Amino acid sequence: MSDSHDHHESHGFMSYAFSTDHKVIGMQYMFTGMAMALIGGFFAYAFRMQLAFPGMDVPLYGIVSSAEYNSLVTNHGTIMIFWVAMPVLIAAFGNFLIPLMIGCDDMVFPRLNRLSYQIFLLSAIVLISSFFVEGGGFGGAWTSYPPLSAKAEYNLTPLGSSLWLLAVALEFVAFLLGGINFITTVMNARAPGMTMDDIPMVIWMIVLASILFMASVGPLIAGAVMLFFDQQLGTAFFDPDRGGDPVLWQHLFWFFGHPEVYVVLLPAMGITADVMCVFARKKLFAYRTVLYTAIGTGVLSFFVWAHHQFISGIDPRMANLFTVTTLLISIPIAEMCFVYIATLYGGSIRLTTPMLWALAFLGEFMIGGVTGIFLGASGSDIYLHDSYFVLAHFHYTFFPIAIIGVFAGITFWYPKMFGKMMNETMGKIHFWGTVIPFNCIFIPLFLLGIGGQHRRIYNYEHFPELAGKSMQDMRVFATVSLCIMLIFQFVFLYNFFASLLKGKEAGKNPWKSNTLEWTTESPPPHGNWKELPNCYRGPYEYSVEGREEDYWPQNIPDDEPAGGAA
Amino acid sequence: MMTDNTATFPSVPQRRPVVIENGAIGMLLFVVCEVMMFAGLVSAFNIARAGAGGVWPPMGQPRLPLEETAINTIALLISGVLIAYTAQRFNRAKAVADQTTHRILLAAILLGVFFVGFQGMEWLALLKEGLTLTSSQHGSFFYLIVGMHALHAVGAILFLVICWINARRGKMGKSAFSAACVLWYFVVGVWPFLYLTLYL
Repeated sequence: MSDSHDHHESHGFMSYAFSTDHKVIGMQYMFTGMAMALIGGFFAYAFRMQLAFPGMDVPLYGIVSSAEYNSLVTNHGTIMIFWVAMPVLIAAFGNFLIPLMIGCDDMVFPRLNRLSYQIFLLSAIVLISSFFVEGGGFGGAWTSYPPLSAKAEYNLTPLGSSLWLLAVALEFVAFLLGGINFITTVMNARAPGMTMDDIPMVIWMIVLASILFMASVGPLIAGAVMLFFDQQLGTAFFDPDRGGDPVLWQHLFWFFGHPEVYVVLLPAMGITADVMCVFARKKLFAYRTVLYTAIGTGVLSFFVWAHHQFISGIDPRMANLFTVTTLLISIPIAEMCFVYIATLYGGSIRLTTPMLWALAFLGEFMIGGVTGIFLGASGSDIYLHDSYFVLAHFHYTFFPIAIIGVFAGITFWYPKMFGKMMNETMGKIHFWGTVIPFNCIFIPLFLLGIGGQHRRIYNYEHFPELAGKSMQDMRVFATVSLCIMLIFQFVFLYNFFASLLKGKEAGKNPWKSNTLEWTTESPPPHGNWKELPNCYRGPYEYSVEGREEDYWPQNIPDDEPAGGAA
Repeated sequence: MMTDNTATFPSVPQRRPVVIENGAIGMLLFVVCEVMMFAGLVSAFNIARAGAGGVWPPMGQPRLPLEETAINTIALLISGVLIAYTAQRFNRAKAVADQTTHRILLAAILLGVFFVGFQGMEWLALLKEGLTLTSSQHGSFFYLIVGMHALHAVGAILFLVICWINARRGKMGKSAFSAACVLWYFVVGVWPFLYLTLYL
């Protein structure tokens, strides 16, 4: 806990850059993540233009060479997962929300927290610098399978591939430190009276995600060290010519890679739960069910990884086993979706911008979930593997998580973060301008994938069976939709920064929400509260019968008449 | 220059009874990650060994010094016991200033230093016999796994030395020492498994 009450307010760049305040660190993570999202989005634009108009001189980029294409695809994936979804969903929201929602003044390890962000920033710098070294950035896909990733004579990026690996490893260290902080803080620093059942769902989900991350990342760190040794020191862990085993990397990678999906999914689920309860003015349906389901999903997610390797030469009996576990994991996720729908049922729903994002999350994510069934079954996966069907499925899960879920969170907590309201009209324009083009991008890609279009191809003109006009038209349609979606993001950026200057004053609790962060000033001062709050009830007591107000903040004692007594 | 506003923490005391110290929880979580990392390394090693066709180390490769390392293992285990004893003595009231406790802590640290030093000598001998990081899968895995353990051991020893210095100055943090203990128990506890896997 930091010295919060008798310090000297000091302003200026250095005190900002080296602040240990959880809110400042959360904002640093968020803005870094947003900047990286712009880079990742630009990469997507460049390689989609190449696919739609092969050989074209792409505006703002130039001609995309085949090596650059590989590098753009690889780094688009890497950036969006490790430098956008994780920092924004877990680190930014985790840092900003955890102390505010559990009622304490800061993280329990504030300096560790600062170190975490500094390492994260370093990792982003290392990754960006890898684009400019000799040979260019790494182009062996975000999964980085050896032997392609291990040998410079195959990937032709002797420095880029090692820098990429180093950046990813540094990023893991940053999140390890952050996760340790989150879990310890929630265990030891909750407001007096806050039991396990009174913790807002978004905090539970961030904690569970951190636990999942910590339990799954170890084998990948081991694998990353081995791969780094293969690249730089000449060992042969993954080199089949010298007794190594390339499939071993796939096991180590996907042992982390699959729980990672749930690491980012759970916080988005948590944000959605909180937003939905506030704007449906209703208690979360089956709080404990959601919690236990999330824990069950987390446990199960450690036993599904080999569904990524059905055609990597694993034993077919093992493939059967992993088909069963993979299909099983759709049950708890479906259950959570049903619970959320039950939360909406009978509520007085207010279609504000954050609520629209939350509803869109549910709808779009379900499409991603349903298409996953075809890939989880080893039989149909033999046909669909490495096609655009996989890619579209993946984006239908990940876009709702990393973009829609994040926008739900940002638009919902923006008043608390900056003390101003965002413009609702612009928020809705941005919402529709993002969600409609998103579907227009990826539905054609599902069809192309079923039609046999393989991933990671630079130019489909070289494949007569894929170069037909109808297929090319769909590629153009997807690319144009992407451009439209990217243009609409400027509406959000304008709204974000314009509202900072001339937005309406938010006040303490603009959404009439129950959780503790809404009981302090907006934005919260250093130390969060003048007097730290106590907690008297669960976070979702909306529309309680017999009360005048339809909400009942967590910090108000039962016998206090504020807000309308029974 | 920068203002470090954590210099005099904590000003707000923790407002709920602490069951486990912050430092211990934090380090335990770190240890979970590291256990999984060693699990990854050991499974990779087991897969490589299974693929080599029964004979390990492969024919014509240097044997690892089984007996000498057994002595070393015992030294490390004793060090772990001493740390547990130190922690127990520190937990008793007013024992932070106790000279005997400091000496026991120092003995535990020295045993740890002995372990790392002895292991280093062993590496030098093996390098002379021609077992290097790139000479074979046998060498790669041996240096990788033992080296990774040594890295943790050195880190934990430095942490314990800081605790020892602070204890002698009479201002050792309970949370920090509990974290150092957890890390040292991990270093001690994981070693016998690595020894049995790699050397036998």
